[in-house]
Amino acid sequence: MPILEVQNLTKKFGGLTATQEVSMTVEKSSITAVIGPNGAGKTTFFNMITGIYQPTSGIILLENEKINGLKPHDVSKAGISRTFQNIRLFNQMSVLENVLVGMHTHLKAGLLGILFNLPVIRKEEKEAEMHAYHLLDYVGLADLLNEKATNLSYGAQRRLEIARALAANPKVLLLDEPAAGMNPKETKDLTELIHRMRQEFNLTVILIEHDMKLVMEISEHIVVLDHGVKIAEGKPEDIRNNPKVIEAYLGSGAVQAG
Amino acid sequence: MKKIWKKYEHNKLAHGIFLLIYIGVTSLSLYLAQKSVTAFLLLLSSLLLLYYTKFTNLTKWLVAGIVLVFLLPFTASHGDAYQSYMEVSTLVGIYIAMALGLNIVVGMAGLLDLGFVAFFAVGAYTYSIFASSQASHFMPFGTFPLSGESFWIFIVIGCLVAALFGILLGIPVLRVKGDYLAIVTLGFGEIIRIIFNNLDRPVNITNGAMGIPSVTPPRLFGIDFLYPSQFYFIVLVILLITIFTVRRFEHSKIGRSWKAVRENEIAAQSMGIPLVRTKLLAFAIGASFSGMMGVVFAAKQAFVDPTSFTLLESFTILVMVVLGGMGSVPGVILGASVMTILNLQVLSELTNWLNQLSLSGIISIPYALSPAKMQRLIFGAILITFALYRPQGLIPAKNRRFDEKELQRLNRKAISENKKIEQKGV
Repeated sequence: MPILEVQNLTKKFGGLTATQEVSMTVEKSSITAVIGPNGAGKTTFFNMITGIYQPTSGIILLENEKINGLKPHDVSKAGISRTFQNIRLFNQMSVLENVLVGMHTHLKAGLLGILFNLPVIRKEEKEAEMHAYHLLDYVGLADLLNEKATNLSYGAQRRLEIARALAANPKVLLLDEPAAGMNPKETKDLTELIHRMRQEFNLTVILIEHDMKLVMEISEHIVVLDHGVKIAEGKPEDIRNNPKVIEAYLGSGAVQAG
Repeated sequence: MKKIWKKYEHNKLAHGIFLLIYIGVTSLSLYLAQKSVTAFLLLLSSLLLLYYTKFTNLTKWLVAGIVLVFLLPFTASHGDAYQSYMEVSTLVGIYIAMALGLNIVVGMAGLLDLGFVAFFAVGAYTYSIFASSQASHFMPFGTFPLSGESFWIFIVIGCLVAALFGILLGIPVLRVKGDYLAIVTLGFGEIIRIIFNNLDRPVNITNGAMGIPSVTPPRLFGIDFLYPSQFYFIVLVILLITIFTVRRFEHSKIGRSWKAVRENEIAAQSMGIPLVRTKLLAFAIGASFSGMMGVVFAAKQAFVDPTSFTLLESFTILVMVVLGGMGSVPGVILGASVMTILNLQVLSELTNWLNQLSLSGIISIPYALSPAKMQRLIFGAILITFALYRPQGLIPAKNRRFDEKELQRLNRKAISENKKIEQKGV
């Protein structure tokens, strides 16, 4: 059963078409990769799904409910969570607080409840802290909980973004270049983490990634974008040998030479 | 020397004894030397010392309460300067509450508001219009001025009206960001003042530039509140409420969402935080503090006119926040106290002293150079110095520290319980 369906998604910035008529379906609990050369429209595609951009035309369905037109915070509430290509943490807040912000939509505390510090609210906060700590432990950052997010190493910041996204308890997790800037060891850990997450949280993962080794290893389905157009789609082994894909990445000479 | 300090640093008893001696000496000297501003200031700064001791929060609050409720009014009450001390303390309280309000907007939510005094004006006018004969100019029913007992309700009304204005301002203004937001709020602050200045025709609502005279003083159980020494206690209570409110919000879901919006709007949105509502809430709550104190201010002055709400006031409050430390509650309290006391006490005392010197012919200082006239220069200098050398302020904002050991223990427990359940399931 598809959990996310995108139909004919187009985004135009003035005269520039960032994505053109892109359609795809994502199966529940699958790992899908969106790949393509720089400027292919991958991040624009993510931004449209998460409501940061409104598509010029096209439909996005999450579990058969239309979600385009929703504001980003409503998309998050609907069950889509994401990380960012250029890390966007809450730098001056502590690591645990970053994760707590991720749980925003699940906390019921209202204005008066907070003002009078009701027992219900205190209990909720305590449980939220425990859950946040659990998630930090899960991505391996538990001992840094009181550190400011900005002081973390690059790889740790990427993992913190994942923990924060998980805190929203999403159905679909979008990872925008999660392995960018990581060394091979970190990438290996990340691969394992993504696998574990999918299993334990019954998560559907969509990722944008340039590290082909990671993509081929992890994904069950790959969508290739080039100049805003979907040029190929399929299993990793099909994509690897697809002449159109090779052309997009290496130029037209490569196919003839190969 | 270092060793002694190290020992002292962690010794609660030593802290207690030192603090007690300090408070004792300063309050005694204030008691004996009524006109000594230094003694008054030193007694006030005992609260700062208290902040840095290692006692529990409850003890700190208790000691602060004793100093502020009993010691300060009592020791100062035996001389001519009593009312002027209480006047200063009352104004300090009013400014602290406003600075705490602005701190929510600027420090926590990161929205630079340069017209903050407008909400103070809204609160002040709300009370003074109805608590003077002014309202009879345009209200077809009811008798005005309202009695002094209505003051207590007006604190709540002032709070709500200011919050409403905060939201009304926020709706159009929050479309813009950063520098533009600062300029738009600056314009709004001026607009409010000019409206109050001109709202005497066609219908006379605010009495224009003439201001509203003879505002009814608050009254409780038949006692009229006329002197700063009485307002001092009203301000103290409201201040306590505001500090508790800010503290509650700061470490809650709402406080976190403010900070998240400040740190990164796009990420905050993607984590499910509604931008507009969060910002509006910051504006409304910040404004409400100001509105409450506006009501108190109007009642205390018994006279309100637009000149009390100029741009300089907005800047003064902003300087308090920046000086104290943006986003830091203790910092902002300190910043507001320092600025207000500097403004009202230190500069005027310095001027008096220089005047005396020039009267006795020792030195001669032209009138234009008297310290009281240099307020803006000094504010500017403080702002520049802090921006350059200590942008985080006197007491920088700190994140809440979570109890790592406790969380670790609970987490292990939860994991082992989960495993048990899994094993049973198998």
